[in-house]
Amino acid sequence: MNEFFSQTYEIKGKDFQNAGKVSTGIKTLLKQLGIKPEIIRKVAIACYEAEMNIVMYAKTGTMKLDIDTKKIKITVLDQGPGIQDIDLAMKEGYSTATPEMREMGFGAGMGLPNIKKNSDEFKIESSIGEGTKLEITIFIN
Amino acid sequence: MKLAEIIKILNLNVITGENDLDKEVNGGYASDLLSDVIANAQNGQLWITMQTHVNIVAVAVLKELLAIIIVNGRNPADDTIQKAKEQGVVILSSNLSAFKLCGKLYELGIGKDV
Ligand SMILES: Nc1ncnc2c1ncn2[C@@H]1O[C@H](COP(=O)(O)OP(=O)(O)OP(=O)(O)O)[C@@H](O)[C@H]1O
Ligand SMILES: [Mg+2]
Repeated sequence: MNEFFSQTYEIKGKDFQNAGKVSTGIKTLLKQLGIKPEIIRKVAIACYEAEMNIVMYAKTGTMKLDIDTKKIKITVLDQGPGIQDIDLAMKEGYSTATPEMREMGFGAGMGLPNIKKNSDEFKIESSIGEGTKLEITIFIN
Repeated sequence: MKLAEIIKILNLNVITGENDLDKEVNGGYASDLLSDVIANAQNGQLWITMQTHVNIVAVAVLKELLAIIIVNGRNPADDTIQKAKEQGVVILSSNLSAFKLCGKLYELGIGKDV
């Protein structure tokens, strides 16, 4: 495999102050690497929504970025409550966001569906009481 | 139309980014739901919202929005202003409601062709 970039970022649960930092950092990096704007747009949406879900729902998590000549892969792993019903969580409009989160504009229930929409390949796995894993692939060409 | 002209005509307050207003506006998007803005706003647009907390800055950066316009005379939180300055995000405010501000922008022709 001709991987030319790989990096793992830490994301802390409940840290709304720094929320979005990882995604904006990834966006800047992709620009520097000369990735096409339409690809960057998709990656930015997917990363932001995945990052926010860790901030909102999990204790802690990581986002791993792997780039090769063909694709960008984002692996998101968290330690948290997990998702009871994945089909339901993937439905647009479904959200368990708290009133405080909704007041800040979170909780549209659009995050996971939009990650999927912007991915070429998307996998979600979760175990209750342990955490959630997302595998997002976006092809470069 | 340039952002600076719109600010003058609609009497908007410039909270951050005062040296960054010589830009062509490419329509707008009005929403208070961050995921909706992430999904549907386009780069170069104005974002009309009531949200004032620090997380709006990351949304504007990620979507490459031209400016955030906070409505209903609200003021952004101090950490929002701080972060917007760091990240080069333009924040404006208006005493109008979102409905009225969008109407006035539309009257100016903003968004009619987008
Ligand atoms: N990492 C996670 N850990 C635990 N639960 C999650 C996680 N990600 C999503 N969920 C659950 O799935 C639901 C739907 O997630 P989704 O991102 O689509 O919407 P949201 O986060 O509620 O709102 P939005 O993303 O629009 O602000 C969440 O409300 C939550 O119950
Ligand atoms: Mg979400």
